[in-house]
Amino acid sequence: MPHIPLESHLPGITGLLEYSKATAQPIRDLTQFLLRGPSSLTEAERELIATVVSHGNECTFCTTAHTAAADLLAGEAITAQKVKENIETAPVSEKMKALLHIAALTRQSGKSVSEEAIARAKSAGATDVEIHDTVLIAALFCLYNRYVDGMGTALPADPAYYGVLAERLVNHGYTRLPQGYEHLKK
Amino acid sequence: MAHIALGNELPGIRGLMEYRPETAAPLNALAEILLRDDNNSLSRGERELIGTYVSYLNDCFFCQNVHGALAGHYLGCDINQIDAIKADFMGAGELSDKMKALLTIAGSVQQGGKAVTSSQISDARSFGATDTEIHDTVLIAASFCMFNRYVDGLGTLAPSDRQFYVNRAPQRAEDGYLILR
Repeated sequence: MPHIPLESHLPGITGLLEYSKATAQPIRDLTQFLLRGPSSLTEAERELIATVVSHGNECTFCTTAHTAAADLLAGEAITAQKVKENIETAPVSEKMKALLHIAALTRQSGKSVSEEAIARAKSAGATDVEIHDTVLIAALFCLYNRYVDGMGTALPADPAYYGVLAERLVNHGYTRLPQGYEHLKK
Repeated sequence: MAHIALGNELPGIRGLMEYRPETAAPLNALAEILLRDDNNSLSRGERELIGTYVSYLNDCFFCQNVHGALAGHYLGCDINQIDAIKADFMGAGELSDKMKALLTIAGSVQQGGKAVTSSQISDARSFGATDTEIHDTVLIAASFCMFNRYVDGLGTLAPSDRQFYVNRAPQRAEDGYLILR
């Protein structure tokens, strides 16, 4: 049960973002730019960064939601699963392995990101902006995961919720729905 | 030296924000509403103290000094008092029981969201903390887990002279997070 009263039809992050719309706005804006804005990383690649960090933080809601979004964007469900199991043996490029490794280190702590990890990413072709955005996406999901679990938010009663959520994240993005979320009430 | 070529000499998060203004805008907007908005029953000093404590736990030198100096500015404490609170807030006579309970929650958030317990929440409530104060405490703590990782994960430089941060705090308190100069 959530630690504060939240809308029961909005599990995970959405109930929090609706509870506090003023703080939600910059969080949504930041996420929309980082995960959906112009980038030399694909949307699917950026969702993999979110997935790896959420998985490392053991945040069930965020891991499941961003796995579903990554799967939908990639058109397959293998890559996200493999990346969660082992970055080094996952079917992604050397550059993505290096960036996902930086994300995993950022999750542990900022100080864990080593010169070697950065050098590896650069030699695999990662640009400075890609490294910047990888660190900030990883840091942002350290915020989200703690927000979602620290407030004790509920998981969806029906796992199909994640499919609907992933479609929203892919087709609409991270900004608030203009019509709100009342239509999700059963 | 920072891990990437920032093209500027600004310290800590300021150099990152100059480098990537697209992400700086929402990051600053988040700091402004969480830490400075007047529509909040926690004082600016109390909210800066939560940010300071989490930054201390994350061992982020830049953030704990920027926000420690701001907390000291608002609360009328010097740097030694702020250091003493960071090291042992339960023993800090100047803090209310409610603030101690909220700092306990913030400390759990730093470890991980699941570390926050129902008894920590009910303790905070028993000392008068509202739902909004609990929410904001968790979100401030979570936000600093982002800010600290951003600053240290990209290897930014931080001035080692702690007086640098103390000297800048009054101007930052006046300008807030949306006016950067």
